[in-house]
Amino acid sequence: MKLELRGITKVFGSLVANDHIDLVIEPGEVHALLGENGAGKSTLMNVLYGFYDPDDGQILVDDVPVEFAGPGEAMAAGIGMVHQHFMLVPVFTVAENVALGHEPVKGAGLIDQSKARALVREISDRFGFEVDPDAMVEDLPVGVQQRVEIIKALSRDARVLILDEPTAVLTPQETDELIAIMRQLKAAGTSIVFITHKLREVRAVADRITVIRRGKVVGTAEPSTSETELASLMVGRSVSLGVEKAPAEPGEAVFAVRDLSVIDTVGTPVVDGVDFEVARGEILVVAGVQGNGQTELAEAIVGLQTPVAGSITLDGKELVGSGVLDVLRAGVGYVPEDRSTDGIIGTFSVEENLVLDLVDQPPFSRGGALNKSVIRDNAEKRIVEYDVRTQTVEAAVGTLSGGNQQKVVLAREMSRPLRLLLASQPTRGLDVGSIEFVHSRIVAERDNGTPVIIVSTELDEVLALADRIAVMYRGKIVGIVPGDTDRDVLGLMMAGVPLDEAVAQAAEHHTVLGEADLEAEAAPSHTVEDAREEEIQ
Amino acid sequence: MSTVTTKPAPARPARTTSTLAPISWRGPIVYGFFALASLIFFALLPAGGTETTFRISTATDFFQIPALTVSSTGFALVLSLVALGLAGLATWAAWTRRRLGVWLPVVFGLVVVFAFLAWAGAGKSAIPLTGLLQGSLFLAVPLVFGALSGLLCERSGIINIAIEGQLLAGAFLAAVVASVTSSAYMGLVAAPIAGALVGLLLVIFSVKYWVNQIIVGVVLNVLVVGVTSYLYSTVLAADPATWNSRNPLPVIEIPVLSQIPVLGPVLFRQTLLVYLMYAAVILLQIFVFKSRWGLRMRAVGEHPKAADTVGIKVNVTRVKNTILGGAVAGLGGAFFTVAAGLAFGKEMTGGKGFIALAAMILGRWNPMGALAAALLFGFSDNLRTVLGIVGTPIPSQIMLMTPYVVTIFAVAGLVGKVRAPAANGIPYVK
Repeated sequence: MKLELRGITKVFGSLVANDHIDLVIEPGEVHALLGENGAGKSTLMNVLYGFYDPDDGQILVDDVPVEFAGPGEAMAAGIGMVHQHFMLVPVFTVAENVALGHEPVKGAGLIDQSKARALVREISDRFGFEVDPDAMVEDLPVGVQQRVEIIKALSRDARVLILDEPTAVLTPQETDELIAIMRQLKAAGTSIVFITHKLREVRAVADRITVIRRGKVVGTAEPSTSETELASLMVGRSVSLGVEKAPAEPGEAVFAVRDLSVIDTVGTPVVDGVDFEVARGEILVVAGVQGNGQTELAEAIVGLQTPVAGSITLDGKELVGSGVLDVLRAGVGYVPEDRSTDGIIGTFSVEENLVLDLVDQPPFSRGGALNKSVIRDNAEKRIVEYDVRTQTVEAAVGTLSGGNQQKVVLAREMSRPLRLLLASQPTRGLDVGSIEFVHSRIVAERDNGTPVIIVSTELDEVLALADRIAVMYRGKIVGIVPGDTDRDVLGLMMAGVPLDEAVAQAAEHHTVLGEADLEAEAAPSHTVEDAREEEIQ
Repeated sequence: MSTVTTKPAPARPARTTSTLAPISWRGPIVYGFFALASLIFFALLPAGGTETTFRISTATDFFQIPALTVSSTGFALVLSLVALGLAGLATWAAWTRRRLGVWLPVVFGLVVVFAFLAWAGAGKSAIPLTGLLQGSLFLAVPLVFGALSGLLCERSGIINIAIEGQLLAGAFLAAVVASVTSSAYMGLVAAPIAGALVGLLLVIFSVKYWVNQIIVGVVLNVLVVGVTSYLYSTVLAADPATWNSRNPLPVIEIPVLSQIPVLGPVLFRQTLLVYLMYAAVILLQIFVFKSRWGLRMRAVGEHPKAADTVGIKVNVTRVKNTILGGAVAGLGGAFFTVAAGLAFGKEMTGGKGFIALAAMILGRWNPMGALAAALLFGFSDNLRTVLGIVGTPIPSQIMLMTPYVVTIFAVAGLVGKVRAPAANGIPYVK
């Protein structure tokens, strides 16, 4: 099926999310849609999927103009979508989720369970998915949930499959399996739209690449284009893809977590006997697939969760049992995972957000009254120092872009003398420019001699920042490895495979992306390292 | 078809758990407290007499079972010791982290209740067991309909605090229509319409204007109280013979089945409304979980966006099910007037809608569960009436509190962690 978008425009208030976008997806091709977070890729696909009405433009299926009143009609036209945040009901079985919306029924409107199961089994067997139709979706690992989404789309005879940031939640091995599935679907004649901001994946699987920046198509590229070129096309200027980072000079280990366990509300251990220490002047990255206890670990360190066992010591002082404020006063800087709910108060001004955890102290307040001029001066200083792009310091922080919001959080947390910096997902949802800035700040803090803990699910970020990597899986630390560990090894560890076994397995067969990396190393036509050297010169 | 296959995923090591959740001592403490209270108050402290009689058969039963007379203190002592044993069992289970089934609270409750009856009925006239159960079921009727209404709304994502108002509106319209047409059955037909109207208001404000659903529900309750009370004191009071005469639903006795000892008269000597209730519980239990309608309703209540992306109209589904829920509660409202054989009175639902809400939660958004919870509340409500007739040493004011005390203990002590539909109360905005 050929799919064409002509002049698609979608406006939200004053924001033009899509500005006259033209796109042609040929039958049986893997078409990558590359762009930064917030470039308008997902909006475009939601228009294509009938979820949003376009303000202007046309969608053509096999050269015939169509209009979709809702996702139901888009599906009927053969367009299937796998959303970034899965559209699965967690308390339903796989079969129920796949059947939802076009349930096979026998008399009286009762669902024909055996037919629903058979459909899942048939598609699952055809592609070797190994999905149990009776499994409860909430019990499945994310990789399998994604396959359920693909089965859902295929069960409606999708001939164009849109995959929205499908690798964001996967380990490298799961990504590899997904790439195999994509190739298989392509061989079966399904067109695939692959939305991503990850350059390595695009080059590995795409037949054609369309790059979107700020809601506009800024160019198309072949998969042979180098990562640096793609990155500069995506960002609009030349970028360095790594972080300038001198080798760590670790001092004494001042922060230690010993045998820490945290239990969630239903009694399952989410952090399970975790043990590690961090030295001054080193960055320890806690890596792992989302939901393996990293969030709870970070919250336990700050005092937002009460551990059931274990100890956390900073400079020899026990932190378990002290409140959040005491932990912050002990010199812990905390950048929370979800900045919009935990890091800032959106309706408060920039200057207020910059002193959220300091207002109870002089010089920001005296005798319970705020000292407005000191708060103002502080804000003026910080926004220059941290390059926060805002009209005024009185603007509500919620009106800023994600990158600038994150800079406000960093500015607040790093503006006091720190004994430990703890940052969860510090660059989630940020554009490349902001990522560079945040990373350089974190490295600078390390070079000041502060112990740094970063929690990250992005392997690129893990490798860019880490001096040591602690990989978490189901609440336990699988292993602590050096910062330059092979991606494939890390990927296997993220799936719970112990270090030595992971090394052996990774040596046996590399993932598609891993092999692509090796080839690139063997024949460096125009690699990232070259680009960086060029820039330095 | 291509023969490319994916490589098998790396084996995931099984979870080895070294950390255990702290033991919850809530259950054992609650059981222990009640078992001790039972022992001290019902078995050891002096009762009003030495013998307690339980009457098992009613006068019209085909099989007559003689009344059972026991020694009050001895019977209560034995039961209290059994209760203590059960509390011990619960303690042992908590200590060894074993899970005991739902039978434990049920058996424990029955044991303590009988110990209480043995004490309360000591030296008094016989306690009619059949009457006690019959009345319990009867009083549970509005609670069951109310809970089913809440379930239909909440499973589709709309919080229905307006059950009370829907019951009251149903009671009102049932009374008026039955009175005007001189037919109790016409009242039964009219009641759901009144409830559906209240449901319609609830869902319009919730879905179209995104008003906080709890606030809308509370306001609707007040509105229905206001409207019915106003009409009652103006129109109905002016000519009660036309507008508000009593039209009781006849009791329909099901042949053969109603002759089963104890259960027969309880279950099968009832009005049409009660039989409708059986049908509603059974049908909903099947259709909520097994049908296309139920699957879509639950999808909309759990993850509306997922439902939308497969072409299900989220808000239309919510509107339909909330109106249906309102109609169910409205039908339950007919209990207060035509089924109870009473004329309409101001605010006659007396908070039953809120107890129904508790029954829905205690029953975990599940029709059979709601029925069981409603029966528990109905029983505690009826206990006070029956004991009032038998004559007990407990002040009637304290007995009046029973249903509410039971509600609080049931919801706080027994429910534990329940999961409401995930999108409950959240308006769906694209």
